[in-house]
Amino acid sequence: MTKVTRRQFVGTTAAGVAAASTGGLAGILATGRAPAIAQTTTVHWLRWNDFVPTSDKLIREKIAPAAEKALGIKINFETVNGNDLQPRITSGIQSGAGPDLIMLFNNHPHLYSNSLVDLSDVAEEVGKAQGGYYDLCEGNCQVDGKWVAMPMAIVGALNAYRKSWFAEAGASKFPETWDEYRAVGKKLKANGTPFGQAFGQSFGDPPTFAYPLMWSFGGMEVDEKGKVVINSKETVDAVKYMTAMWKDSFDEGGLAWDDSSNNRAFLASTISCTLNGASIYLLAAREKGKYKTDAGAELATDILHGELPAGPKGKFAFHTFQSHALPNYSKNQKAAKELLKFIHAKENYAEWFRVGLGFDTPPTKVWETDPMWDKDPVMKPYAVAGKLGATPGRLGPPNAKSAEVLSKYLIVNMFGSAIKGQSAEDAVKAADAELKKIYGA
Amino acid sequence: MATTAPANASRDGVTVARAKWRPLEDERWLAVVLLLPTIVLLGLFIAYPFVQGIVLSVTDARVGIAGKYVGFENFERLWHDPIFKLVVWNTCWYTLVTTVFKLGLGLWLALLLNRNFKFKAFTRAFILLPFIIPTVLSTFAWKWMFDPTFSVLNWLLFKLGVIGRYGGLNWLGDADLAMWSIIIVNIWRGVPFFAISLLAGLQTISPDLNEAAAIDGAKPWQRFIHITWPLLLPVTMVVVLFSVIQTFADFQIVYVMTGGGPANGTHLFATYAYQLGIGTGLLSQGAAISLAMFPILFAIVIVQLLYIRRVETR
Repeated sequence: MTKVTRRQFVGTTAAGVAAASTGGLAGILATGRAPAIAQTTTVHWLRWNDFVPTSDKLIREKIAPAAEKALGIKINFETVNGNDLQPRITSGIQSGAGPDLIMLFNNHPHLYSNSLVDLSDVAEEVGKAQGGYYDLCEGNCQVDGKWVAMPMAIVGALNAYRKSWFAEAGASKFPETWDEYRAVGKKLKANGTPFGQAFGQSFGDPPTFAYPLMWSFGGMEVDEKGKVVINSKETVDAVKYMTAMWKDSFDEGGLAWDDSSNNRAFLASTISCTLNGASIYLLAAREKGKYKTDAGAELATDILHGELPAGPKGKFAFHTFQSHALPNYSKNQKAAKELLKFIHAKENYAEWFRVGLGFDTPPTKVWETDPMWDKDPVMKPYAVAGKLGATPGRLGPPNAKSAEVLSKYLIVNMFGSAIKGQSAEDAVKAADAELKKIYGA
Repeated sequence: MATTAPANASRDGVTVARAKWRPLEDERWLAVVLLLPTIVLLGLFIAYPFVQGIVLSVTDARVGIAGKYVGFENFERLWHDPIFKLVVWNTCWYTLVTTVFKLGLGLWLALLLNRNFKFKAFTRAFILLPFIIPTVLSTFAWKWMFDPTFSVLNWLLFKLGVIGRYGGLNWLGDADLAMWSIIIVNIWRGVPFFAISLLAGLQTISPDLNEAAAIDGAKPWQRFIHITWPLLLPVTMVVVLFSVIQTFADFQIVYVMTGGGPANGTHLFATYAYQLGIGTGLLSQGAAISLAMFPILFAIVIVQLLYIRRVETR
């Protein structure tokens, strides 16, 4: 056996390594292309845990792999609780590193607009191809005429209610006015099945109930010019009405509820009506045999959906809105934009939207007539959610101030404080003071 | 001492071998080297964020916007903020009540565990469980127990006939009850820390003292008041100090259980600062709330440390 000394071994190995590395580098330079490993861009995509889990499953198992193949990128798809999206984008922007695409709710893109990439090219293209956006999309996503976030979907907020219990209480259809609604609620609470409404500090159901209630009485944060006008008789009336209605019609535990608490309570048949996305019905319909009525029928067969009732100034709605933002710290902006285009390509978007069965309603008008809406009449009212939704801070211009008010839960807590025992006048006055700090007196 | 003589120095014609330079044998150098890791760690993770917090609090920085100097505007805003006043009250009340209960129950548990009984080691390990389980995890379990709709506590009260079918206590939906709920969880979580620390203190007390007092006719209560308690006091003060600091800056329990609700009813300094700073992106206001905690905590710590020194030098 040939003896190899330590010196010989070290010398030979070093020469080999040097030759290989210089040869390799020369090779890479000659081709003018980055090595394969550097070519693979990874786009970190952050969304909420969808209340219809099949939507996330579809992204994870089909859409993301298809996008990876088509675009030659890697996708790191992550989902978190909806309430954790704002903390994630804040820490991302401040540290200059984080997800490339982040889902945001409602008008939150206004809060981060300085740090977001202009997505106008993608948004305009999709809007043009798909029948144009509903008005609320522009209010939520446009800052100074630029799309700083890409509209993704509208989670329609309608009342899920128990058909049979409402009929027993004398309502053959969903009440049209708050007075009718409250009358049914009183009877049902006396029967031990009150209405249930989340009024905690959570992103979805609490604001989507509180804002339209205030608007329907004529109360508003600001006027057309952005002047704070919340301290009005109309707002006080709305708060008084809610406080009284809370006691005689609602499950009083709702002050501690988040967006999932009312789903659980409804599915457990402890409440008869709650403002929600369609997730309660969809879950009850999907998991056959799991959720039953007292009579033993499938719970889904006893659920219908109805719009929030009208107040003295009419009927209003505030639907939870989802968009995707691309922070300008992202090193993969081009790939992230390509991914957005891929998601919104008609065939891909259709698949995602259809698997949600109408829980996530599209932001563009072309989908209103999609055949999916004819599949299930119980889901049909969600088809036009986008048409009816208003944005927080109406009638003032959409801006970061109304986003701050929403984000601080000031309107929700105005109602909450009164429910807790503060007088309606004081609760509105306190909200007025807070709003003036934000909007300026 | 380091000896750094020149190489082969010739003194009086005699060649002296050069002593090696050994800086670590110099106590001053050694002290610097030994302290260095701590200084770096404290600097990076305590001093830097603290200074950064001060800088942020005197600007109008928001997420993604550096902001300009605004002096004490953020603190002035807090002074007029009714939610902040509620936060100060909540935090002080939460800290006071939980500390009193944790001390009382912890001391009681420590005295029991200091006795000899079967499975002593096992029991001691077992009572540490609330302290060992990750707080977020155990708090989620508590959240379910206090759930307004599915509360096992309400079920129990109903089964015991204390409440009617629809008379369940609104644990987390009523501001007062919600505060008591988070207080209960904090006490549950904190008692083992007090118990184990005080037990360690109890074991340093020589049994001879108690025996001698017993022979002299002192009753158990008198022995506790005149022997055990004074000797345990320094340890107790340190444990209370740690606990007060931790409880005052508590975050996890409130964040998981109530998120600061209902209608800000259970916000503490940390959760309110988080909601404004990280949630809404108002970094300067969040920093100001965090810093507002500092003088109060600093005063508490100074008073306690002075007291501990007095007790120890007595």
